[in-house]
Amino acid sequence: MPFSLLKYGLNNDYPFEKDADLPPPVPLKSHYDVVIIGGGGHGVATAYYLAKYHGITNVAILEKGYLGGGNTARNTAVIRSNYLTSEGVKFYAESVKLYQELSNEFDFNIMYSRRGQLTLAHTDSAIRAFRQRTEVNKHFGGKTELIGPQEIRELVPTLNMNPGHLPVLAGLWHMDGATARHDAVAWGYAKGATQRGAELHQLTEVTGIKTENGKVVGVKTNRGDVGCGVAVQAVSGHSSLLAEMAGFRLPIVTYPLQAMVTQPVKPFLNPLVSSPAYHCYVQQTGRGEIVIGGGSDPYPLYGTRSDLNLKEGLLAHAIELFPFMANLKLMRQWAGITDMTSDYSPIMGLSPVENYYLDAGWGTWGFKSTPICGKTMAELVASGGKVPDLIKPFAMDRFDTFRQVNEMGATAASH
Amino acid sequence: MKIINCPLNGPRNASEFVYGGEVKQMPDPAACSDREWAEYVFYHYNGTGEVREWWLHAPSGYWFIVERHRVTGEISRTYDPSELDQGEFFASVPGAAEEINS
Repeated sequence: MPFSLLKYGLNNDYPFEKDADLPPPVPLKSHYDVVIIGGGGHGVATAYYLAKYHGITNVAILEKGYLGGGNTARNTAVIRSNYLTSEGVKFYAESVKLYQELSNEFDFNIMYSRRGQLTLAHTDSAIRAFRQRTEVNKHFGGKTELIGPQEIRELVPTLNMNPGHLPVLAGLWHMDGATARHDAVAWGYAKGATQRGAELHQLTEVTGIKTENGKVVGVKTNRGDVGCGVAVQAVSGHSSLLAEMAGFRLPIVTYPLQAMVTQPVKPFLNPLVSSPAYHCYVQQTGRGEIVIGGGSDPYPLYGTRSDLNLKEGLLAHAIELFPFMANLKLMRQWAGITDMTSDYSPIMGLSPVENYYLDAGWGTWGFKSTPICGKTMAELVASGGKVPDLIKPFAMDRFDTFRQVNEMGATAASH
Repeated sequence: MKIINCPLNGPRNASEFVYGGEVKQMPDPAACSDREWAEYVFYHYNGTGEVREWWLHAPSGYWFIVERHRVTGEISRTYDPSELDQGEFFASVPGAAEEINS
């Protein structure tokens, strides 16, 4: 054993990993079967599943910045499926299942870590809502329980059970709750997609959508025009702006969402802890840093600036839940851009433009749905526009017919 | 802290204010089509320019109009809603404008 280790240590080829990197950039072709706008998790996952399950590889992913550099890098990497509506739970549960197998599938470690997620109830009405969520989750095979103060104390001994006027009464214990390295998810999908023949074009910004007779025929980019049979938009925080280029409006309003991370400390917090009443969630990363996030900003803006108002409020709440954190220093803070829909569910599927498919409205639920979005969007593209059952409820026209999917299990939703 | 200039109370901390949505014309709910109502309720301006918005100064319960840029967040003007043409937000509902003034 030590000798073989030594042999590897002295070997120039070690660590040996074939195709460790993405292929070098190539010139843009004049036409692709499928153009995917947005090289974040959702975009590259769509390309990956198109190649893997449907054999469609004449695909270009156009990314204005770099791979996974937008909101894929700005979320707080929570994976869970303990939502409220049956449509939502079915959808996100499928995503959690895919996440669990992803490292094996890629042969690349996405640092998936199943910790469980604990959502705190501070009022009687929250307990009632959690009961409902528990039953909906169980019904669809999820592992979710309503637990009492004693079990909460055992799970999170450092939690302050009597913060201010909102004592912790019960918790929604979601055992499938997990986290993963968000960059690695994008890298894994991008590697898988490009190895199978899809092209990833970074620093390629889409500046216009070309349509003929209500049908998409190509896109304009800063590197020239590209023709396409099908276009998919997967641009998280800029869905409305891209839809405007394609000539229609989306029922979306865009807000920033601010988060921050403290200096690393010894491991003390295994589950992801969230408190809807305090608009605050706290989790410890594998490196020991504590990630603190909350709801979206209180007014719409396209900006990744941070402001003191929200930070102060969020930290005050985090410290009420975990008082000892008052001694920690903040290391980084940032903001992502969230495309909020009025029912806290995404907008997926067909658009008013033929062959132009939508993967939009990813307010605060985008990262956790990355695998299932890629899979269902690929199915939609490959079938020539037949919307998979799983995403039918999220059609854009639900707003015109007043059949919204009222997802009050979303982080940003006020309970 | 960010300061917003309230037309009634003068410059106050941003934390005293609540965002109330874009200034837009309400169609007559009894007469309009579903699509028109959906347009009013769900489809808002979400571009990158300047927009007129309703804001509330919560401590005094006073609603007013803010012209704000959606990328820089800069507020160029705040004023009392009486400066708006009533037709701009109660287009076709008979009696609504009188009701709001009484």
